[in-house]
Amino acid sequence: MLELVTVSLLNGVVYGLLLFMLSSGLTLIFSMMGVLNFAHASVFMVGAYLAYQFSRWVGFWPALAIAPLACGLAGAAIERFGLRRVHAHGHVAEILFTFGLAYVIEELVTMAWGRNAVSNNVPAAVDFPLFTVFGSTFPAYKGLMMAISVAMFAFLFVALKKTRIGLVIQAALTHPRMVSALGHDVPGVFVLVFAVGSALAGLAGVIGGFMLLTQPTLAHAIGPIVFVVVVVGGLGSLSGALIASMLIGILQTFAVAVDYSLLDALRAGGVVVARGSPWHELLGVKLATAAPIVPYLLLVLMLIVRPRGLLGTRDA
Amino acid sequence: MSAKGWLLPATIAALAVLPHLPGLNADFGRSLLTQMVIAAVFALSFNMLFGQTGLLSFGHAVYFGLGGYAAIHLMRAINGGLPVPMLLVPVAGAAGGLLAGALLGALTTRKAGTIFALISLGVGELVYAATFMLPGWFGGEEGITASRTRTAFAAGPALDSQLAVYYAVAAWALVAALLMHAFTRTPAGRMCNAVRDNPERAEFVGYSARRVRLVAFAAAGLFAGLAGGLHAINYEIVGADAVSAQRSGTVLIMAYIGGAAYFAGPVLGAIAITWLQSGLSGYTSAWLLYLGVFFIAMILWAPDGLAGLLVRHRPIVRTRAFRRVLATYAAALVPLAVMLAGAVVAVEMSYRLSTQPELGPRLRVLGVAVDASSAWPWLAAALALVGGFLAFRATWPGVTSAWARASGEAEAARP
Amino acid sequence: MTPPAPALSLRDVDMRFGATSILRGVSLDVARGERHAIIGPNGAGKSTLFNLISGRFSPTKGSIRLDGAEIAGERPYAINRRGLARSFQVTHLFARMSVYENLRCAVLWSRGYRYCFWRNVAALADVREAAETALERIGLAARRHVAAGVLTYAEQRALEIGITIAGGARVILLDEPTAGMSRQEADHAVALIRSVAQGRTLLMVEHDMSVVFGLADRISVLVHGEILATDTPERIHASARVQEAYLGTLPDA
Repeated sequence: MLELVTVSLLNGVVYGLLLFMLSSGLTLIFSMMGVLNFAHASVFMVGAYLAYQFSRWVGFWPALAIAPLACGLAGAAIERFGLRRVHAHGHVAEILFTFGLAYVIEELVTMAWGRNAVSNNVPAAVDFPLFTVFGSTFPAYKGLMMAISVAMFAFLFVALKKTRIGLVIQAALTHPRMVSALGHDVPGVFVLVFAVGSALAGLAGVIGGFMLLTQPTLAHAIGPIVFVVVVVGGLGSLSGALIASMLIGILQTFAVAVDYSLLDALRAGGVVVARGSPWHELLGVKLATAAPIVPYLLLVLMLIVRPRGLLGTRDA
Repeated sequence: MSAKGWLLPATIAALAVLPHLPGLNADFGRSLLTQMVIAAVFALSFNMLFGQTGLLSFGHAVYFGLGGYAAIHLMRAINGGLPVPMLLVPVAGAAGGLLAGALLGALTTRKAGTIFALISLGVGELVYAATFMLPGWFGGEEGITASRTRTAFAAGPALDSQLAVYYAVAAWALVAALLMHAFTRTPAGRMCNAVRDNPERAEFVGYSARRVRLVAFAAAGLFAGLAGGLHAINYEIVGADAVSAQRSGTVLIMAYIGGAAYFAGPVLGAIAITWLQSGLSGYTSAWLLYLGVFFIAMILWAPDGLAGLLVRHRPIVRTRAFRRVLATYAAALVPLAVMLAGAVVAVEMSYRLSTQPELGPRLRVLGVAVDASSAWPWLAAALALVGGFLAFRATWPGVTSAWARASGEAEAARP
Repeated sequence: MTPPAPALSLRDVDMRFGATSILRGVSLDVARGERHAIIGPNGAGKSTLFNLISGRFSPTKGSIRLDGAEIAGERPYAINRRGLARSFQVTHLFARMSVYENLRCAVLWSRGYRYCFWRNVAALADVREAAETALERIGLAARRHVAAGVLTYAEQRALEIGITIAGGARVILLDEPTAGMSRQEADHAVALIRSVAQGRTLLMVEHDMSVVFGLADRISVLVHGEILATDTPERIHASARVQEAYLGTLPDA
């Protein structure tokens, strides 16, 4: 039992931190530009593919540097040549643009690498056990991922709250003309923010790529969960995103391990639900089977109890 | 948005005549028409939320699908002997959509704007995943099937041919569209527009913005469910794809491309996208890419959609300079076609190499045989792309000046 | 016989945003049918006061009564349904709807139609009549089909007033109704306000002194979140304290 709890907790934390890496860039872009970037998970996916490709050409460690850089440049281009034209049409148009972009990126990735998953395996350089707990090994790449995500949090926290450019960016969000009149290059700032956000997504993709399956549907598989993290954590809150990621990561990992259903729980309490009853099927769903919807159940719960999110600051 | 006197009779006539026109008078054509009509109802229901109330939903397929499931279960009951006419099945769809819309709407309309959009996405994923967990209600991977002809209750024409199905669907669609249009003219419909434009001001004239949104949500759910019911009748099967994120995304694209600011805009979008989907997907595996690019292009250059583009031309249609405008369009079309051809050739070759390498590098694109392993098609494509783009760009000033001429004329002719 | 309850009554109203105190101990009575103006230097808290009365914010402390009933903390639509309407300093219209439709939306709840989805709004005679009346009063009949977003500034301000009165509210709050207007436009607006204020209680925030002194029965001076004085225009004009608060003498009205 203790083994199950410890291993699940550890895995849950790892998964949660992966979610955080993704949602941190999204939170950055949203809180600084007000744009909800639907293509964020797509850039994550591109990062995974680029890491795979560059790893095969020049090795893992250079790829770890090149892939985020490339994603950052791609993000800069997206903002400079695409999104910039759309800002004037309002937030809805921005969201729709990034939504369409997500479709396009998924197809471009298919065009380049095919529909099947590529064998993006853990690179040998980080595939050694860091330590062992209860007989299961904890590999080094998970440790690397944890280190990177903690570093991301620290970097973003400082950048948003403590630096001058962070303050300028936050001012530019609500008063772009005023900030521009004060001499700051607001469009340039937006390009920078989008580039940094995309680079973070790309970095997350490098690690996430070999933890999850690198295939064209990767963005669609993980994108909605990231949005749930952001809503549950509270739009615009970095700490909220961290808490929500950990919560979802741990809950979902634990859920997968639980092979009981509400039906079993009721039976243990002496309540028997007849097989013919319409509730039988619903109550008979094992928690392990229901694990994929844990984030969405949390979303619904949050909506009922606290629509603002855990630490929400920006109201859309 | 004026309801001209001729529009309704013309639509009825068109609906009646279309399945008999050459090219459409076989099962395939009639099936396509049926799909278009169902998509049109679905897209109109989406626009009740988006264009009319300002609510962007990424999970509208939930109400379509849940309505579809309700309808297919009723069909099964009718197959089993329930004395209900098959033609009334869409009512079950509407009821299912309404119930889901009212329940989930109460939850999701607590917030608007970006948060609402994300919540709709989350709820959509939730329902989609749930359909796999409850195979008794939703049929799991295979979905739920029923027959639209097996009924002991002989009321009304039998739905035993695609043509009969088309007419039944078209009749229901017409009723739905008229009801949705009527809704826009009711106090509730008007306040939906007010809440879209300025939710705070709406509160200051006595209306709870949240309650107005809930009304819009329930109504949109009802008509989406109705469309789902029509879907159930047409395909005789409802599966998880009916509540999928892809379907939600497609209806959004339809409404937006058609023109969300105009009542009939989504209908245009539904027709265009359905036609593209069924037409293109047979020829190319890259059609989703083309759709995505088309969508982005519309956002960048024609945010008011196809309907908006048409309406923009209304003032200048009667001017003499209009012919000039059309001529410049024709001139611009040629380099545009060349540019697109180059892009398409490159894309098709890439797709072949990466997704179907087992078929070899030789393929037909736009009627021409090319060998993707040779450098020549790639060079030709690149040339066409770049050259076409440059030439296309050179035609823009011509179009602009012709437009200026025509607008000037239109302005001068105004009383 | 006791005098009738004031139309609007504030008692010890405090408003804080976090650590910042915007209003302190504001007490005010506006009698039924009175035309009451609130003046004060920028940043005094006038708009915040309006926002509290109309329900946009809840007061940190204190009571706000409309016709004797407590309304502090209620939602804007609840307060509006009790018969209080307000205009906004920054024009706040339904931009994509026409002038006529804007007015019609302002009328719907007051005529009891609520969330009705089964009747065509064009067929509702009482709604039409009320909207037409408001349209005539604000002088925009010729522009009835123009989208509110493309009106001229003065027209938008007039429509703003129109929306405020169309529903028949008994107490109306006007937030700097003549802001940004030329002399001629302001005179026009004052005439409109005087006519619509008949039979209603008016509470107004204004910077333009000639408007204030021409319209108001009584004036309250709000400085740094506190009411400095409430009195007739003549006595306010003569008051040394008020003049001091404005850093010099008040311009001659």
